[in-house]
Amino acid sequence: MTMTEFTAPHVTTREPILRARNLVKTFGRVVGLDGVSLDLYPGEVLAIIGDNGAGKSTLIKCLTGAEVPDTGELFVSGQQVHFKRPQDARVHGIETVYQNLAVSPALDVASNLFLGREERRAGLLGSVFRMLDTKGMRRKAKEELTRLGISTLQDVTVPVENLSGGQRQAVAVARAAAFGSKVVVLDEPTAALGVRESNQVLQLVRDLRDRGLPVILISHNMPHVFDVADRIHIQRLGKCAATITPQSHTMTDAVAIMTGAATA
Amino acid sequence: MTQQQTAGPPSAGHADLAEEFLDRQTPLSRIRNILHRYPAVSPALVLLIAVVVFGLLNDRFLRVENLSLITQQVSVVGTLAIAQTLIILTAGIDLSVGAVMILSSMVMAQLAVNNGLPAPIALLAGLVVGLAAGALNGFLVTRFRLPPFIVTLGTLNIFIALTLLYSNGATVRGSAMPPLLTWTGTTFPLGPVRISTGVVMMLLLYIVVAFILGKTAWGRHVYAVGDDKEAARLAGIPVSRVLMSVYLAAGAVLAAGAWIQIGRTNAASPNAGVDLNLDSITAVVIGGTSLFGGRGSIWGSLLGALIVGVFRNGLSLAGLDVLYQTLAVGVLIILAVSIDQWIRKVKS
Repeated sequence: MTMTEFTAPHVTTREPILRARNLVKTFGRVVGLDGVSLDLYPGEVLAIIGDNGAGKSTLIKCLTGAEVPDTGELFVSGQQVHFKRPQDARVHGIETVYQNLAVSPALDVASNLFLGREERRAGLLGSVFRMLDTKGMRRKAKEELTRLGISTLQDVTVPVENLSGGQRQAVAVARAAAFGSKVVVLDEPTAALGVRESNQVLQLVRDLRDRGLPVILISHNMPHVFDVADRIHIQRLGKCAATITPQSHTMTDAVAIMTGAATA
Repeated sequence: MTQQQTAGPPSAGHADLAEEFLDRQTPLSRIRNILHRYPAVSPALVLLIAVVVFGLLNDRFLRVENLSLITQQVSVVGTLAIAQTLIILTAGIDLSVGAVMILSSMVMAQLAVNNGLPAPIALLAGLVVGLAAGALNGFLVTRFRLPPFIVTLGTLNIFIALTLLYSNGATVRGSAMPPLLTWTGTTFPLGPVRISTGVVMMLLLYIVVAFILGKTAWGRHVYAVGDDKEAARLAGIPVSRVLMSVYLAAGAVLAAGAWIQIGRTNAASPNAGVDLNLDSITAVVIGGTSLFGGRGSIWGSLLGALIVGVFRNGLSLAGLDVLYQTLAVGVLIILAVSIDQWIRKVKS
């Protein structure tokens, strides 16, 4: 069973958007990643699962510029890249939603969507007085939320702390979707959420995929993974143990591969 | 399937959430939400009530000369409160504002009087002192990741000592200074009132800082850093650079405060302004800015400074001992912090 056997139904081209080859990352004598390769195709949800210490986080950090791999190659749309900082990955259209959300509670929804990349007014007000285009950003925020089908968040002037956990997660995902032109990476997006809120976020993930934006999803929750993923990358002991699909394997199989009880 | 949902009406789950949110709106929580959104509302109410009450207690209180005097009395603390607000918004605190201001004012006065430098150069040197002090605080906070409270407690003592060493404990009188240095103490008529230049300068600083905080990306980043530092960093905000710039901006404001102080007291004294550190914090806290950072308004601090000024002035006109003024300020601080805690519970 090879990775190319099972690809997403939405795949339109064979050219992966993100391609990692033989990533190795060591921390002193601890091997975090032991030669991991990964392909992400347009319009697919790739889930990454694995036990604690299997190298999920390290893999994601290497893909999003939070860590620099010791060796190995990374390609975005066929072009080799070297990420030194998270900003480098962002420049290449890779947006990450971190587990701890990274939203600013006291700021409103629109401010959070544009946090760190605020837009300024046109003309002298913007160039000399550095004045923010608050209205424009609010309008764009509204448009983006509507596009994502987040109907409860129409008032973009509400402080984020007044929102429910699911809505906050939606803000974080919307920010990634608005600026991530190539890849959106979600680290445990449903870990802190209830059932209904989790479903809202999973729906957002499907919406992103349907818009053609590939998603990498890290999760501990097997039902969620099997619900939305097109392919599942299983990390074990710093290596990719297998890449399966929800059609080819059951959850029990996946757990067995994860724990080493079975091989793909 | 998902595209249809995008265009269609909100799903049942969405509607439930919206209802849940609306259900929680009791009258009290609505007030809380308003205060939460507009932190300057409660100090504005307190100021209004205080002015009315003191006006009823003593008819001299509301006379224009007295109101003009109050503004002059708060001009220095009001200016320091600008610097303090910037730092408290980043979840820091600056115990050294008063000491920096005094050091800067001594440098301005001594260079102009004892060293005979032209007044503009002396003022510029004072600005450099303010910026250098801000840079030192900012450097220690960002580079060594020391808590601002400890850093500024240390630099407070350092700046006091430097001031005394530099001045030999001697006061420079305003009459010996070039007119430009005491210009901030001059007044001009505006209708029936005499307005001091220092008050106008303070108000201009408030307008400028309010614009920067409210309308620029930098201002938004200041709030974001104070709100949640890690979230700000992950959102791509250069946290250390923002913090450093806040301490530098505060230093520049303090130098302006030094100039206003020279005009206000018509002197530069190394022993002045001992209470100014705490008074500036008092103004900021009464003004509704949260000591936990990320929340508050610069106008609240002006209101806070005015409230303290009005209480001190009103109580002394009512014939009460100075001790009662201090007592009243103490009660105000505790009330303000209690209200802040209550407002912060909006949704948790």
